Amino acid sequence: MTDVKTVVLDGIWRNNPALVQLLGLCPLLAITTTLVNGLALGLATTAVLVVTNMTVSLIRGALIPAARILVFVLIIASLVTIVDLLANAYLYELHQTLGLFIPLIVTNCAILAQAEVFASRHSIGVAALGGLSTGAGFTMALIALGGCREIVGQGTLFAGLEQLLGDAAAGIVINLPVDGILVAALPPGAFFGLALLIALKNYLDRDKHGVSTTATQRAQAEKHLP
Amino acid sequence: MSFALKPAPHVTPATSVPLVMRRVLYALIPATIVYTAYFGWGLLINMVIAVAAALAAEALMLRARRRAIRPGSADASAVVTAILLAFAIPPLAPWWIPALGAGVAVSLAKHLYGGLGSNLFNPAMVGYVILLISFPVEMTQWLPPVGFDPSVQQLGFWSNLNYALTGHTPSGIDIDALTQATPLDQVKEGLGQMRTLDEIRLGRLFGFYGGRGWEWINGCFALGGLYLLYRGVIRWHIPVALITGLCGCAAALHIIDPSRYSSPGFHLFGGATLLGAFFIATDPVTAAATDRGRLIFGAAIGAITYAIRTWGGYPDGLAFAVLLMNATVPLLDRYTRPRIYGHF
Repeated sequence: MTDVKTVVLDGIWRNNPALVQLLGLCPLLAITTTLVNGLALGLATTAVLVVTNMTVSLIRGALIPAARILVFVLIIASLVTIVDLLANAYLYELHQTLGLFIPLIVTNCAILAQAEVFASRHSIGVAALGGLSTGAGFTMALIALGGCREIVGQGTLFAGLEQLLGDAAAGIVINLPVDGILVAALPPGAFFGLALLIALKNYLDRDKHGVSTTATQRAQAEKHLP
Repeated sequence: MSFALKPAPHVTPATSVPLVMRRVLYALIPATIVYTAYFGWGLLINMVIAVAAALAAEALMLRARRRAIRPGSADASAVVTAILLAFAIPPLAPWWIPALGAGVAVSLAKHLYGGLGSNLFNPAMVGYVILLISFPVEMTQWLPPVGFDPSVQQLGFWSNLNYALTGHTPSGIDIDALTQATPLDQVKEGLGQMRTLDEIRLGRLFGFYGGRGWEWINGCFALGGLYLLYRGVIRWHIPVALITGLCGCAAALHIIDPSRYSSPGFHLFGGATLLGAFFIATDPVTAAATDRGRLIFGAAIGAITYAIRTWGGYPDGLAFAVLLMNATVPLLDRYTRPRIYGHF
């Protein structure tokens, strides 16, 4: 019944949590000052998403409907604590940079929405795949926004990669010959950047009339059909 | 003899967007002349670059939006945006400062919001603020007025143009030797060093009320504003409320402690007050549309500007105040809607 291709495409593109569902915007806007920050937060979020989805899928038979959100949040909070402590132990400098935004993964609505809408209704394998593709979609949006803001705002790319991959990656950073327009690295740049990314996605998705429809809109349109 | 019947309306309106925009440009002519007399050719160079960039951005965006280029760009609103931006940036600026500011103002702040009439924020001020927070060094290269100090050389037209295009000053002159803090800057810095206002104002940079030169330029802005009022291009509510809001705050604190808080006259003739009151806050698209709304809009801009000037990090805050209040305009219009007779 559940098509693997549909699940993957929905998570990464058609129902991208950041660009279509507009979930998890707080970390998306706040942390994407550089590509590496975006990548790191995206990976952490993906890890939490996959394990949450699998756990929720495993216990979905035992869930009491009235208490399900509580259980979801407990699971997510436990996993985020584990990721937070792991990052503090093994990626200390990155943990310092990301700061509050790792604990704040708890409040990322994209994870709760996946648990509620997807994981509690599918078997463990499909749930894991859904979590992985949603996380990949979120990470791609974070990387794209972080990369654009880093290039325009600071004139660099891959700055701070050694925090993620160790000292061997320190030389990879690309310095462009321009200083950059600082506003892109500041909060207004995050909003403008996200809006332009969404516009680009809608442009790529346009049909022959130039109209862009999301998967949600298409589903709604199909529901109204006789 | 022709008896061809034309459909209504038979009485054509006396004003149009191009006419309003042209009148705004006429009103800025005296200030342009005085500014050039005091600070050299930089303003005119910036104006030319900004207008060219604004028109190019306008044509590009109209093309991208599949609109006709001619009627869209013939209303001169992009030119007004560019000219106001040129007044806001320092006269000695590299060419890409006015070009980038005007391009961003027209494309990002105007066309991405839906073009003239649909933009939420004042385009010239968006361009200025983006420049101000992105390039703090270039945006503080203000010049001293003519006659400020005989040892300071004034740049001629060619050396000013040369700096704008290549970034090179004439040999032997450092850029820091040419530039000078603005009066508002100097007041803020002096107060930070625990000097009293009377001591600070002994400097040669200060005139009767505001800065030397600046007070005459600002007087010309007021003159142009009165012309716009006379022509009915703007109405009195916003300028009066803005000046009252700013000078009211200034007067109250000046009476309490004259050594730490500048006089209302200094605030009125210093910085961007009069340019903002008559030309920027009165933008018909981004200001409130009701009379009561305009009074609140103007007074709040005045008060916020005073707060930023006195306690904020920037020497002047009019641009931020205008943008902040632009965001409240839909709310203001909703709650100050005039009651129609017979309706509640």
